[in-house]
Amino acid sequence: MTAVVGGVRAAPGNPAGAAGGGAWLLALPVAAFLVVFLAWPVATVLYTAFADGQGGFTTGHIGAFLSISLMREAFVNSLLVSLGSAAFATLIAVPLAYLTVRFEFRGAALVQTLGVLPLVMPPFVGAVALQLLFGRNGSVNLLLSEAFGVRIPFMDGLNGVIFVEGLHYFPFILLNLVAALRNIDGAMEEAAQNLGSHGFRLFRRVVFPLAAPGFVAGAALVFVKVFDDLGTPLVLNVTNMLAPQAYLRITSVGLEDPIGYVIALVMVVFSIAALALAAQITKGRDYATLTRGGTALSRRPLAGWGAVLAYGWVLLVLALVLSPHVGLLLLSLAKVWSFSVLPDGYTLQHYAVVLTESSHMIGNTLLYCTLAAGIDVALGTAIAYLLLRTRLPGRQWLDWGASAALAIPGIVLAIGFLRAFRGIELPLVGGALTATWIAIMLAYAVRRLPYAVRACVAALQQVHASLEEAAQSLGANRRRTARRIVIPLMMGGILAGFVTSFITAAVELSATILLTTSESQAPLSYGIYLYNQSIATRGPAAALGIIAVVIVALGTYASHRLLEARAGGARLAVDTE
Amino acid sequence: MTRRSRPAPRHAGARHVVASLIAASLAFPAVAETVTVVTSFPKELTAAYKKAFEARYPNDKLEILNKNTAAGIAFVREQPVGSRPEIFWASAPDAFEVLSASKLLQKTDAQNPAVPARIGNYPINDPEGFYFGQALAGYGIMWNTRYFAANKLPEPKEWADLVNPVYHGHVAISSPSRSGTTHLTVETILQGEGWDKGWGQLLGIAGNCAAITERSFGVPDGVASGQFGVGLVIDFFGLAARNSGMPVEFVYPSVTSIVPANIALVAGSKAPEAGKRFIQYTLSDEGQALLLDKQISRLPVLPATYAKAPAGYPNPFSGKIHAKVNFDSNLSESRYYVVVALFDQLITFRHKELAAATKAIQDAQKRLGTRTSPQLDEARRLVFTPPVDEKQAGDPALLATFRADKKDTDASKRRAQIEEEWASKAKANYARALDLANAVK
Repeated sequence: MTAVVGGVRAAPGNPAGAAGGGAWLLALPVAAFLVVFLAWPVATVLYTAFADGQGGFTTGHIGAFLSISLMREAFVNSLLVSLGSAAFATLIAVPLAYLTVRFEFRGAALVQTLGVLPLVMPPFVGAVALQLLFGRNGSVNLLLSEAFGVRIPFMDGLNGVIFVEGLHYFPFILLNLVAALRNIDGAMEEAAQNLGSHGFRLFRRVVFPLAAPGFVAGAALVFVKVFDDLGTPLVLNVTNMLAPQAYLRITSVGLEDPIGYVIALVMVVFSIAALALAAQITKGRDYATLTRGGTALSRRPLAGWGAVLAYGWVLLVLALVLSPHVGLLLLSLAKVWSFSVLPDGYTLQHYAVVLTESSHMIGNTLLYCTLAAGIDVALGTAIAYLLLRTRLPGRQWLDWGASAALAIPGIVLAIGFLRAFRGIELPLVGGALTATWIAIMLAYAVRRLPYAVRACVAALQQVHASLEEAAQSLGANRRRTARRIVIPLMMGGILAGFVTSFITAAVELSATILLTTSESQAPLSYGIYLYNQSIATRGPAAALGIIAVVIVALGTYASHRLLEARAGGARLAVDTE
Repeated sequence: MTRRSRPAPRHAGARHVVASLIAASLAFPAVAETVTVVTSFPKELTAAYKKAFEARYPNDKLEILNKNTAAGIAFVREQPVGSRPEIFWASAPDAFEVLSASKLLQKTDAQNPAVPARIGNYPINDPEGFYFGQALAGYGIMWNTRYFAANKLPEPKEWADLVNPVYHGHVAISSPSRSGTTHLTVETILQGEGWDKGWGQLLGIAGNCAAITERSFGVPDGVASGQFGVGLVIDFFGLAARNSGMPVEFVYPSVTSIVPANIALVAGSKAPEAGKRFIQYTLSDEGQALLLDKQISRLPVLPATYAKAPAGYPNPFSGKIHAKVNFDSNLSESRYYVVVALFDQLITFRHKELAAATKAIQDAQKRLGTRTSPQLDEARRLVFTPPVDEKQAGDPALLATFRADKKDTDASKRRAQIEEEWASKAKANYARALDLANAVK
């Protein structure tokens, strides 16, 4: 395999690798951020797993956890669902990515934009919409039972969780894989073709291995995310998985149950292990290619049956992927929709309600998520650089630390914020930190940091260190090299990280509920939650959801156009040479 | 927080100005104050109160923070003294018990003396004066009329009806560990029917369920959208859904309990006086009448308010809703953790197995017709009998284990052990019953 990839190994001992003072200067603020806004708040909550009630230390709760058969079953179920979801997501994402990047595919930008939309649905809203279409008495099953007398249990039990999670999280694979495929040097493929490799063999032996960092990064994210996801199992009423068990035990009204915190701890440890494993898989191989821009993978024309098959498949997948949005759109326009294939009547009134009552929430979401995603890509780029380009001792810990945020349930982080920053006043704004939107924004930044880190690391993995060496031997110093060479070459990954962080932060709910201290500062996701609390306002909730989807779609499309423009510009520069 | 100043109204004469100033200072204090309310109630209810309260007290501002009950408690607990919200307003009585046990509530004399002391056997206000009943809620059965017509299901009247095999796979309930009101219904059934028969009925209903929903709102939501046929819901969900045009119906069964939804002043808040004003307002005749709005449809605690209600509005004070059970709240409280843990171990976490065993038993009975079979009786006994009888459940040692601080390692271990026993016994029983019932010819 490595022979195929070839190239010069980016040995850790390359000239850029020395742990100079600059690296420390970069690492310190990153580490400080992680300690202050992640480790410390979480520690104030998780210590409960080891507290014996008299202020002492105990491992008794862990013993109790291991002795409960339900916990062992929950662990196995969580594992199965995570693996199943990653497989299902791969099935959706790989053809979409491959077909749109490798072939002259009409509407490739549209497909890639639409493909990201599922992420913008808060899981519980997506599941509500999916229930209306695929549930026991959703449109599809009502039609099926009328015509054939059968019902398909799409949404039942663990299968339902895999179905919803796969549909929800496959964009992680899509985004990373598209970015990785774009970065592959077309010369590699041409060389393989000259040596007689074609078709699937070419894909399997050359293209896919070269894009593997992107795929593994995406699949690992899906795995960990599903492992940690709470909303979907809860909406589908599946309780014998780890995250719901932790949630049920931490939030049941009354005394805090240490077992809940033990579960949280188990999830943190296991998620970090999964990510470490993913890192191990891609480690020791070299994915970097020397040239960029000018010779991207060649796009081949689609013709004949191939075209029919490709377009047919993509349309089918898109129909499935967009079904929650269709359901949500219908719900947002419906007068009454109950036990029928389609709503009884249509109205625009829900949009009027939302726009008059809650339009400020849209602005709040844009502000908080832009800032949070900005912090995330700044930290992500720094971590990627420290990880891959320096030999700073403990640099791996920065990566692990940032990725650990994936495994922290939102409610744990939020309680940690409230506990850790109690009584801290903000000098300029006035008022306590936890009483302002800054706390919400910081919580978003912490929770979505792993996405940005993964995207940035994958992007930098594909930039060959020789390019920096060349810049440095031409006299550029480290900072100038980073600014003029590394960051521009990473831009695709950075942008992908920004978009992922932004849109997933836009629908963050569990920390939002706890940290929102006034309605005027509340973001969109809080509004969706709020309107979803009663039957009479389900329509407005759906309308607000549609508005969120539109915002994210516009953002994604814009960043996509930006990428295209950049790629075009690079090609132009090559042509004129 | 923000202080709103209102421009003084212009009057023709100075005398008027003085008079109105005096009147104003009597009606409300000179400085404007913000009342922050943490609540689990839906927007249409809180919006109605915000509008009416701010119109009544123009110098006060009402800030609503909607959080689910558990998040609400955590929020209040984690705020420093002096910047806590003023009001906690929610359904679950146990939430208020937790808050008052953590010394987070403040006694106040804001109650309306016209509110009766009890509804049935249940005290409306906290005997210690930490919180007050603000509205009444009863549990009932809600069903989707289209779903019923399509599946040709009969209309249920009592909890016991839902054990009938025709309802298999059509019912939904929530778990008592997630919803205080579901707990009260479970406890009502246990007290009304007796421990063994009550559990038999609960297991029978749960065996017919399509899902045990995580949130109590999951039931009315699923019934309204037609995912489930029938469910156990709090009355206002059923009444409000019907009143907003959904194809649903709602009845109170005869074994039901009516309990208050509460409001309380939080200790250590910024503006306790303004908070008290808000509580007084919600308990006043004007505040109570807001509950009658058709999108809200809650039962006022003030009997006089029912005079303004539309025809057919349920009135728990008229004796029209028969609450047959003399609810013993001490008994309920003493065994709360045991009942909740039993329900989760036997039903919530083992629902798939329970439903399969129930279905097998129902099918076997269908095959037998009117004949009986000792095998089937054994299967029934295995599925529909709780692993502990009433005497064991009332054992002080068991109750103490479950009530103990969960940070106490030994108690926590013992508790995990007992739960494990129940869970594995239930799982084995359901599997055995499934085999037995399937073997019946």
